[in-house]
Amino acid sequence: MNLFSAILFRDMRLATRAGGSAALALAFFAAVATLVPLGVGSDLHLLARIAGGILWIAAVLAALLSLDRLFQSDFEDGSLDLIALSPLSLESMSFAKIAAHWLTTGLPLTLLSPLLGVLFGLPLQAYGPLMFSLAIGTPAVSAIGAIGASLTLSIRRGGLILPFIVLPLLAPAVIFGSGAVLAALDGLSNGAFWLLGAFSLVAVLLAPFASAAAVRLNLAG
Amino acid sequence: MTAEGKLGVLKSIEAHSLSCIRGGRLVFRDVGFRVEAGRTLSLEGPNGAGKSSLLRMIAGFLAPAAGVLVLQSDGAEISDGEERGHFIGWLGHHDAAKPQLTPRETLRFFADLYGVSGDIDGALVEVGLSRASDLPCQYLSAGQKKRLSLARLKLSNRALWLLDEPLAALDTAGKSLAAQFISSHVASGGIAIVATHEALGIDAARLALA
Repeated sequence: MNLFSAILFRDMRLATRAGGSAALALAFFAAVATLVPLGVGSDLHLLARIAGGILWIAAVLAALLSLDRLFQSDFEDGSLDLIALSPLSLESMSFAKIAAHWLTTGLPLTLLSPLLGVLFGLPLQAYGPLMFSLAIGTPAVSAIGAIGASLTLSIRRGGLILPFIVLPLLAPAVIFGSGAVLAALDGLSNGAFWLLGAFSLVAVLLAPFASAAAVRLNLAG
Repeated sequence: MTAEGKLGVLKSIEAHSLSCIRGGRLVFRDVGFRVEAGRTLSLEGPNGAGKSSLLRMIAGFLAPAAGVLVLQSDGAEISDGEERGHFIGWLGHHDAAKPQLTPRETLRFFADLYGVSGDIDGALVEVGLSRASDLPCQYLSAGQKKRLSLARLKLSNRALWLLDEPLAALDTAGKSLAAQFISSHVASGGIAIVATHEALGIDAARLALA
């Protein structure tokens, strides 16, 4: 078994075991998305219009919940020291962690989203774009989140600072993601997917390098 | 995995006039040592003297404020911190044991990560964890976690062992086990650098940090 998958499978196992972050993120996502129709009221037309935006925001916040411990728990219990001394580069390690985070949060959130779309009375033609936008956009959430998580890994209660670093950077994903759902509702041609895909691709390619640099800095601290 | 980092390749490690500054404070200055393969160096000094900082410096996590660290291996001189990391077996004062994972899973993970195919069951028996091997680590005592760290250190198959308080939390049998691990490691041509407050009970050169 290679070194990359060692990290990938371990992180996935930790996220899905008791006390892991995967179920927590899903529950949070479902809870927020359920509360919104209760708070906004039963205007189905209005709910359908805001569904994309609300689900995207809920997905980003749910992913953030589990991101703050992405590197921090390994840092606190000394695992990160041992990982840094392994033959695996810190860049590959960061990429494996991003992948594991996406597989245990971004992907399940995407799969759950149509169910929550029903609560918003989302018309049939919007489900595909909703799921597709989450599928290609949530990797950017994991990737940019990893940058924030690695920068704050040695800060006590760093999870509170994390949103301030990560949320502004994720604005494009929310704009293009919810825009894609709206465009589908209005029957417009959809360019938002391309922008979202490009944003996500760049984030996933660059984030491992940024995270690795931040981890190095923190190990020396 | 390449041959480097395997036992027998490492010849010596030496340091000249190392200084360490942390948080704007000078921790130590002008520290030098030389350890040949097959030898143990014990770092001594009061709390805050910089023993852990020196170990982190040797591991390549901390860059020295001044001075050089050179590792001699077969025909090569290595002074780059990250390259040096490939020789290092690390036992820090944290246990790196995830509460949700069992000792067996923990060792499996690190063996995979280090690209070594060690005998995990054998290692668990050797450190006396065979009965707790499938119990999540959250139920292990501090001493058992230290034993797990010792098993991991041995499995890592690295030539230069850096140990930070390896005897802490261990019972009498555990302490002699740790000493026996270290002495058999150096006997097979490795190097061990140990920061400790307690007598190891093995033949070691001493470096006192003020």
